[in-house]
Amino acid sequence: MFKLERRYERSRYAGLLVTTGSLLAALLFCAVILALAGANPWQTYVAMVKGAFGGKYEFSETIVKAIPLMLCGLGVSVAFRMLFWNIGAEGQLAMGGFAASGVALFVPQAFPNLPSWLLLPLMVVAGFVAGALWGMIPALLKAYLKVNEIIVTLMMNYIAVLWVEYLFYGPWKDPKGYGFPGSALFTQAAWLPRWEGTRVHGGLIFAIVAAIAIWLILARTKWGYEIRVIGENPTAARYAGISLARNILLVMLISGGLAGLAGMAEVAGISHRLQKGLTVGYGFTAIIVAWLGKLNPGGVLVVAVLMAGLLVGGDQIQITMGLPASVASILQGSILFFMLGGAFLTDFRVRWVSRARLPAAPSLAKATPEE
Amino acid sequence: MSIEPSHDQAAVRLVGITKRFPGVQANDGIDLDVRPGEIHALLGENGAGKSTLMNILSGFYQPDEGQILMDGKPVTFRSPRDAIAQGIGMVHQHFMLVDMLTVAENVTLGMESPRFVLNLPATERKIAELSQRYRLQVDPRARIWQLSVGEQQRVEIIKMLYRGAKILILDEPTAVLTPGEVTDLFAVLRQMVAEGTSVVFISHKLEEVLSISDRITVLRKGRVVATVEASAVTPVELARLMVGREVLFRAEKQALPPGEPLLQVVGLKAANDKGLLALNGVSLAVREREILGIAGVAGNGQKELAEVITGLRPSKEGQVMICSKDMTNCSPRQIIDRGVSHVPEDRLGMGLVPNLAISDNVVLKKYRRSPIARGPFLDRSSIDQFADGLIALYDIAAPGHSTAAKLLSGGNLQKTILAREISAEPKVLVAVHPTRGLDVGATEAVHRMLLEQRAHGAAILMLSEDLDELLALSDRIAVMHGGRVMGIVDAENASLDEIGLMMAGSLSQTAVEAGAALTEERG
Repeated sequence: MFKLERRYERSRYAGLLVTTGSLLAALLFCAVILALAGANPWQTYVAMVKGAFGGKYEFSETIVKAIPLMLCGLGVSVAFRMLFWNIGAEGQLAMGGFAASGVALFVPQAFPNLPSWLLLPLMVVAGFVAGALWGMIPALLKAYLKVNEIIVTLMMNYIAVLWVEYLFYGPWKDPKGYGFPGSALFTQAAWLPRWEGTRVHGGLIFAIVAAIAIWLILARTKWGYEIRVIGENPTAARYAGISLARNILLVMLISGGLAGLAGMAEVAGISHRLQKGLTVGYGFTAIIVAWLGKLNPGGVLVVAVLMAGLLVGGDQIQITMGLPASVASILQGSILFFMLGGAFLTDFRVRWVSRARLPAAPSLAKATPEE
Repeated sequence: MSIEPSHDQAAVRLVGITKRFPGVQANDGIDLDVRPGEIHALLGENGAGKSTLMNILSGFYQPDEGQILMDGKPVTFRSPRDAIAQGIGMVHQHFMLVDMLTVAENVTLGMESPRFVLNLPATERKIAELSQRYRLQVDPRARIWQLSVGEQQRVEIIKMLYRGAKILILDEPTAVLTPGEVTDLFAVLRQMVAEGTSVVFISHKLEEVLSISDRITVLRKGRVVATVEASAVTPVELARLMVGREVLFRAEKQALPPGEPLLQVVGLKAANDKGLLALNGVSLAVREREILGIAGVAGNGQKELAEVITGLRPSKEGQVMICSKDMTNCSPRQIIDRGVSHVPEDRLGMGLVPNLAISDNVVLKKYRRSPIARGPFLDRSSIDQFADGLIALYDIAAPGHSTAAKLLSGGNLQKTILAREISAEPKVLVAVHPTRGLDVGATEAVHRMLLEQRAHGAAILMLSEDLDELLALSDRIAVMHGGRVMGIVDAENASLDEIGLMMAGSLSQTAVEAGAALTEERG
């Protein structure tokens, strides 16, 4: 029979080895699926990599998709660090996009010649605050009434997403839009600047600044220390006089705020209007990104680019190989599955032992002395 | 050790059982034999190794060393299933029943036969038969959640009998029962031994053990202190055996005149985790330059007392005064800032953050203040410096300050916690089981640290299960029982008899007289 044993010491390269191994296993597994779908796995993978990273244009499109994943992933990872399971980044992103669009659409009506350097910061603040406030609701419920945050953040996604849809299908719909679901185009002052010849926009700067800020907070500040203590041992935090409630609120301000900022960057950097396509699941993919990035700001940035590459590459194989989009989703899912499985193997060792020679040491059964 | 199989009168015999957990030696060379048809009590304080030993006998743990002999032949249990196949079954303190299933379903759960088709009516019939034979009244069709705790316990016992247990181990079975239910349980146990079943009864309640058992084995710190006939021993003698008599070492305790009371507790009432009253009007005071020891059998409110004082548990009534300021129900932070340090019982669960470095752990309570903090930032180098200082000063064995706390041994964990708590220069120090599970060297270091704090003028409240320790370190000893202080005695001229009887629930005055009478009787 198989037996699981906890590893007490990990070899230095185990992490890297397991990650690479998991990735290879996922690719191998998907190769089988691709072959079953009638495609040549090797060609498909080459097409995907080329489609995502093969040239300046392809890479820039990957970065475009990586920006919201970075911002949401950073937000989610801060909350996860404290064991607050915020899976509401999608809704927080939607609310950020909504608030930033509101500013972009209506502020210039009141102040027609508002320059970009005033309008954009206003949109940043609006997006951040809207996301933060949306994140504050589950945080307040958790901190003071002990309501499960997973349920609340999950359900609030639907409210936010549908609210935004209501706006661009209804009151905010562009009367000159030929029935297309979306608001009017923002004035140019509300557009985030882009890199020459690409769609990569200033949101990338937000993400990099946010990552550095979060790293600084976690590693160098009193507040970051509190977050780490709570995340590692809430009982010790309470014993040390660290307020759990206060930290839940603060962390969710940041977490929701960053997702809101992602929404702002999407409307101001890409669509230049509030329209369908704002909420395409970045907030959910961000959970995977945060997890695979080990809740580490730098890791989140890197994984966000890889994950975005998977999205872009997946789109590409639809076009070049004529494969269904779901193949990319399968690939994404398998990678996550194998990575999480791999993470388990870094903590536990599976051993085959014949029934007659079971080792005497207690294994998974938690061995604690009498209490 | 030579045992001749044919003459072995024991139903089961444990030889030289040793079991270690990380940082703890739970069992150390234990010999024990259980005879057919006897009730054998296993007596000892919390952490004495009773449950570990029985978990080994019932197949939950495997011993590091030693043997289990049945009919003189060694047997190996790899799982509880192996043990029950040999007729050894254990009823745990926390029942292992599925709430939503019926009694009959729970009883067959996990059995190898029948494999696929349940024959519940047959099971129910057999349960009814067993419950009649042993007077274990239970409706086989009732669902577990509908049953009282006492009834659930009966289901656990039936479960074991159904599987053919000839040796039944009960882990503190009376802890959860009302006095009436205890009487019922004892009747059942007597019926069972009359039919040849052996019962091993784990407890730390003296009277109970004396009234029900034939023989008593007393464990202390993982070793057998004595095995005695229940009819030939008094409660006081048992208490002595349990908590130890020989003073292992006498700490160099200077005589110091106590000063003003720094910690005062008046009429304190508080509930435990289950919502039951655990503190029922506790009053005491600890003065400057004084160690007040709290003695008592585990579960009599000591844990809750420490938690209420340190702000971790709300009180319902009464007052906690710290340095003559009312701090009742203040937050842990306010109480820390008032000068209270706390060495908690659960070192890795509460006292430390296992995955963080030693350096991060030693600033757990002072990261808010300069020089550790500079504005909103932490000063890494001053943290490391501070940690290095403590490691050197208190002789903490660690590769360096960046070692994760979880990698330290039990003694060094405790030294780290004490170093942190003492470095705050506390006015009041609450130390809960400060030396539990530590080896002699670490124990001595901890004792020295506590006495130094006393000399510095701190008021120390020390909870311990080790009477030697309490007698050696304390100036006065308060004995708790049932959420009350039964009496406070001077450690200098305290008698073990008196403390033992108060631990068993007698009030101080009667304790003195009873103790005196007993001493006279034995001449």
